[in-house]
Amino acid sequence: MSVASEVQKLKKRYPDPLSAVMPALQVAQAENGGWLSPDAIREVADALDLTPAYCLSIASFYDQYYLEPVGRTHVEVCTNVSCGLAGAQQVVEAFERELGVSAGSTTDDGAFTLGTIECLGGCGWATVVAVNNRHRLRVQAEDVPGIVEELRGA
Amino acid sequence: MPEYPSIVFAGTTDGGAVLDIIEYEKAGGFRALRKARAMAPDAVIAELDASGLRGRGGAFFPTGRKWSFVPKPDQLPKPHYLVVNADESEPGTFKDREIMLRVPFRFLEGCLIAAHGIESHHVFIYIRGEYEREFEVLRDSLEAIRKADLLGGVTVVLHRGAGAYICGEETALLESLEGKRGQPRTKPPFPAIAGLYAAPTAVNNVESITTVTPVFEMGGAEYAKLGVENSSGTRVFSLSGDVVSPGNYELPHGISMRELIYDVGGGVPAGRELKAVIPGGSSTSVLTSADIDTKMDFTSLVEAGSSIGSAGVIVIDDRCCMVQLGIRVSQFYEHESCGKCTPCRVGTKWVTQILQKIEDGRGSQADLDLLLSVCDRIMGKCLCPLGDSDAIAVLSYVDKFRDEYQAHIDLGRCPFDGESSLEGILAPSELHAHHGHEPAHV
Repeated sequence: MSVASEVQKLKKRYPDPLSAVMPALQVAQAENGGWLSPDAIREVADALDLTPAYCLSIASFYDQYYLEPVGRTHVEVCTNVSCGLAGAQQVVEAFERELGVSAGSTTDDGAFTLGTIECLGGCGWATVVAVNNRHRLRVQAEDVPGIVEELRGA
Repeated sequence: MPEYPSIVFAGTTDGGAVLDIIEYEKAGGFRALRKARAMAPDAVIAELDASGLRGRGGAFFPTGRKWSFVPKPDQLPKPHYLVVNADESEPGTFKDREIMLRVPFRFLEGCLIAAHGIESHHVFIYIRGEYEREFEVLRDSLEAIRKADLLGGVTVVLHRGAGAYICGEETALLESLEGKRGQPRTKPPFPAIAGLYAAPTAVNNVESITTVTPVFEMGGAEYAKLGVENSSGTRVFSLSGDVVSPGNYELPHGISMRELIYDVGGGVPAGRELKAVIPGGSSTSVLTSADIDTKMDFTSLVEAGSSIGSAGVIVIDDRCCMVQLGIRVSQFYEHESCGKCTPCRVGTKWVTQILQKIEDGRGSQADLDLLLSVCDRIMGKCLCPLGDSDAIAVLSYVDKFRDEYQAHIDLGRCPFDGESSLEGILAPSELHAHHGHEPAHV
């Protein structure tokens, strides 16, 4: 289904179609390989009869809209207090070593983006690592080589 | 340890879930909904008042009273809305996700009871974007309820957030749900009068709404017998940090912190000592090992100088540098500040910078004074409590661990010499430059 027709469906869920802007951006981002290009933003704007500037103001406010290309596999390590106490920093460093990039960047082949992230709401199962928004719990630095190998094979 | 009743998680064992609607109904599910729907809306609110249930999101506002503020449809002829806050993001808190994963039908049943209580036909559940599995469970459970013809003319919409802690603040959540940037509104008017689409709206937390169901199963008066005065019922405590058995534990209000951390959580790992406890999510004042016998209820924690908040209990042992803790917590609020109010937008960044200077050994006595002064000039001066949360947390670290802060200044270095358990923890704000809110004038 095209983004435009998907957005028409989303609009019907709300009393005011403006409420559909967040789910519409999510749909457009998924359709565009995980990030919101200027064209993807324009598509949402057209479907909702908004300006691209308005849609960009929404996309830039929320952390889960990406305004630059991201890797096919997006790895985000929670580094808030509870994960930090459990060794999140060592987990970040292990991913940096295995992937050969520093946190906040994408591998040259576009396969992986590595980032850190604020509290994922899994403090009791620290360290929490989100892989394409799916949470892996109780990750320790020594688990990281195996995880990366698994993700490379996937 | 005594056996405590399971109310929110009733019917589940060993962390299991009830994901089948037939199984849920066989165990007594939807009885509460039928009972509530046979009652007049005012009687529903009265039953909830009798239970003493107070909001589990952090503010502890009486749930029944919140509903009673929503005008009757004939007083204000607009659509009425129930909005459920499932944007759980307070560091240290992870209870709502487990509730949604394990007892989704109890939660959704509570939504329908609440909708009846405030005479609403529209429920919106705002769930944080990072909760992918939780969203799927709710979507499937909702579909099962629809097929079982239990919605009773109520529409329930799941709305996914996209990564913004501030949307846990109720007016920011409503802005976000309306398709705007999640920035808090001026209050009054309060959501009960002018909430979603400027119409009467009740905003409730997931655990509060889930608890509504057992309140109607057992009766408000019976529920009120659990817990202690001013804090009735059970609470799902999220226990994390330096503790042997972290996890969510449903216990009655009023158990002691010692019982929670040692008897339930197994204590701090061997060879270490308890240093500090954050009792209700990162925005609450820190307590120390001297406070270990404090009871975990609203009044007792206020008397101890803190707050029960979201009941997210973070245990910290003696390996942790309290200046580093301050930096990490302040970085969080700095990153999550929506940028609307100057004291928060500028102040949270400033607090982080001063703390970093002290941690690096470049801090002077004047910096410590400045830190306290900046916190003081954030407190109570913004539209929402986000900036206050940073200030409250940091002020409490300085207050309770003044000697440690002083030592950083006197020694000209961190006394932990690179051995703190939070050593080198990274800040997402530095890594997500395009999401930073650079203050125009620092």
